[in-house]
Amino acid sequence: MSVIEVQGVSRSFVVRRKVGWLGRERETVHAVRDLHFGVERGEMVGYIGPNGAGKSTTIKMLTGILVPTSGRLTVAGMVPSTQRTALARRIGVVFGQRTTLWWDLPLRDSFDLLRRIYRIPDARYRANMATFTELLDLAEILDTPVRQLSLGQRMRGDIAAALLHDPEVVYLDEPTIGLDVISKSSLRDFLRETNRERGVTILLTTHDLVDIEQLCSRVMVIDKGSLVFDGSLDGLHALGDARRTLVVDLVEPGEPIRSLGADTVKVEGPRQWLTFAADTSAAPLVADIARRYQVADLSILEPSIEDVIKQMYTRTPREG
Amino acid sequence: MRATVSLWFAVAKRSFRRYSTYRAATLAGIFTNSVFGIIICFVYIAVWSENPGAGGYDAKDAVTYAWLGQAMIMTVAVWNGGATDDLAARIKTGDVAIDLYRPVSLLGWYLASDLGRALYHLLTRGLAPTLVGAALFDLRYPADLLLSVQFAIAVVLAVTVSFGVRMLVSASAFWLLDDTGVKHLAAIFAMFFSGLTVPLVLFPGWTGDLATVLPWASYLQVPADIWLGKHPGTDAWAALAFQAAWTIALLWLCHLVLGLANRKVVVQGG
Ligand SMILES: Nc1ncnc2c1ncn2[C@@H]1O[C@H](COP(=O)(O)OP(=O)(O)O)[C@@H](O)[C@H]1O
Ligand SMILES: [Mg+2]
Repeated sequence: MSVIEVQGVSRSFVVRRKVGWLGRERETVHAVRDLHFGVERGEMVGYIGPNGAGKSTTIKMLTGILVPTSGRLTVAGMVPSTQRTALARRIGVVFGQRTTLWWDLPLRDSFDLLRRIYRIPDARYRANMATFTELLDLAEILDTPVRQLSLGQRMRGDIAAALLHDPEVVYLDEPTIGLDVISKSSLRDFLRETNRERGVTILLTTHDLVDIEQLCSRVMVIDKGSLVFDGSLDGLHALGDARRTLVVDLVEPGEPIRSLGADTVKVEGPRQWLTFAADTSAAPLVADIARRYQVADLSILEPSIEDVIKQMYTRTPREG
Repeated sequence: MRATVSLWFAVAKRSFRRYSTYRAATLAGIFTNSVFGIIICFVYIAVWSENPGAGGYDAKDAVTYAWLGQAMIMTVAVWNGGATDDLAARIKTGDVAIDLYRPVSLLGWYLASDLGRALYHLLTRGLAPTLVGAALFDLRYPADLLLSVQFAIAVVLAVTVSFGVRMLVSASAFWLLDDTGVKHLAAIFAMFFSGLTVPLVLFPGWTGDLATVLPWASYLQVPADIWLGKHPGTDAWAALAFQAAWTIALLWLCHLVLGLANRKVVVQGG
C-alpha cells in the first residue's frame, strides 16, 4: 500500500467578495480538483506548479488541517482530518512561508519544546540533534533567538525541527523560496541525504524547477488545481519541450553566435541569448562558445515552471 | 501525564524568561505603577476622611487596596495582553494553523504560557510597587499564614479567570479577523468591574451585588478582600470557590469555542 493515497480529492473555498457599496457576492474557488496520486515509501516527489495552483492546499489536506470537499485521502493508513493528532506524530511539515519555531526563543529552546511535544526518547533526540547540527551547520546559531536568524538559517532550523521526531513522511512546502543560491544548494544536499539515509518519504512543493531537477526522480505538475503531469523530469521536458537559456556577454558586440544545438534568439549589443533543450547539458555548449568567442560573462536561465506549462499546452492539444 | 505536565512547565518557564528580557519596559512599568499607586492613595485618603468606613473599609484598608490594585494590573493583565494576545496575532497571520497542527492542547499551551508571564509580572510589576507602597504608607497585611496561603491561591485563580476571559476575546479573531474592537470593550469592562477604578464595595445597591458575581470580581476584589481579612473563617474558602467556579466555567467555554474555531479552520479553510 502506498504511504500517501489520494483518490479523487477536490477542495473548494467559498469566498465572499464585496460588490459595489453594500453588496456581497459568494463565489466558489476551486483550489484543487479531482486529484489522483499515490506516493510510495521512500520516494522523493516534486510537486510543482505556479503560484495559486493548489500546492499548499494539497499539503494542508495531507496534514489534516484542511478537509477535502470530496474524495478520499490517507497518509500512513490514516485519514488526516479525523486522526490529525495521531498522524502529526508520524509526519513532519515545513511551511516555507511560516515557521514552526518560536520567534522569541533561541533555536535550541524550540528544539527542546518539540522534544517534549513529540515525546522524543532522550537517546534519539541526542543522536538526531548531533546529526542535524553537523549536516545543517546549526552549531553557531543554536543560541540565537529565531527572530534574529536569516531566512536561510531559519529554514535550516525549521527543517531540523520537522525531522526531529523521526517522521516517516515529510512535506516541504516551498522550502527554498527566497533563499540564496548557496543556501538552496546545501539544503538540497541535506534533503537528498535524508531521503537516502533515513528512507524518509518526501513530498516537496516548489515553483523552482531546479529543486526538482536536482532532487526528484518523479515530478507532479499542478496547474489551476488539476494535476497535469505525473512522471519523470525528462518526460516533462520531452513533453513540454522547454528550453534553457544561455546568456552570453561578449567582450565586443558581434555577429549572432552559431553553435550546434543552440538557437540565438536575441542580440542586444554585446549580450546574446541562446536557447537549448532543457534535457541536455550546458557544458559542451559553453566550452564551444568560450573556445571560439571572446566571452566576458556567461549565465544560464532555467525555464520557469510557467514556461514549461505553457509549452505543454501548446505542444499537446488536450481533449475537450 | 507526567510528560504533559513537564511540557507545560517548560512552556511556562520559557514564557517567564521571554518577558524577563524586556528589562527597560519592566522598570518603566514599575515606576508608573508606583506613581499611580501614590496618586490613588491620596484620592482614597481624601475619600475616606470624608466618609470613614465607606464600603466597610477604613482608610488603612483603602490605601492597601490601592497598592494591591497596582500589583494586580499586570499580573492578571486587566487591559488584555499576555499569551492570549499572541494567539490573536497568530490568528490574524494564519500562523495559528501551526498551533492547531501540533499534537498538544492549544488551551493548555496558552494557559501555561500565560501563567509563566503572570508569575514574572507578579514578581516585578506586582512586588516592586508594593514595596514602594509599604515604605511610604501604613499598610495592612494578612493576619496569619492561612490568609497568606489563601491569598496566593486567590492570585492564581485571578489569573486563570482573566485568562479565560481574554482567551474568549482573542478567539473572537477566528470570526472577526480583527479583535481590536472586542478587546477595547473587554478592557473597559475589566477595568470597571474588577474594582480597579473604584472598589466594588463602593458600588451602590444592585450594581454592587451584580459586580460581585461577575467574573471580573475575581481579578482584584476577591484577592484584596482575602488579604484584608474581610472574609472571616470559611468565607475565604467560599470566595476561592467562587473564583474556581468561574475558572472552570470559562475554561470549558474556551474549550468549546476553540473546538468551533478548529472546525471553522479545517472545514471552511480559515
Ligand atoms: N483558505 C482559503 N480561502 C479561500 N481561498 C483559498 C484559501 N486557501 C487557498 N485558496 C485559494 O486556492 C487557490 C490555491 O491556493 P494554494 O493552494 O495556496 O496555491 P499554491 O500553494 O500552489 O500557491 C488559490 O486561488 C487561493 O487563493
Ligand atoms: Mg503555496
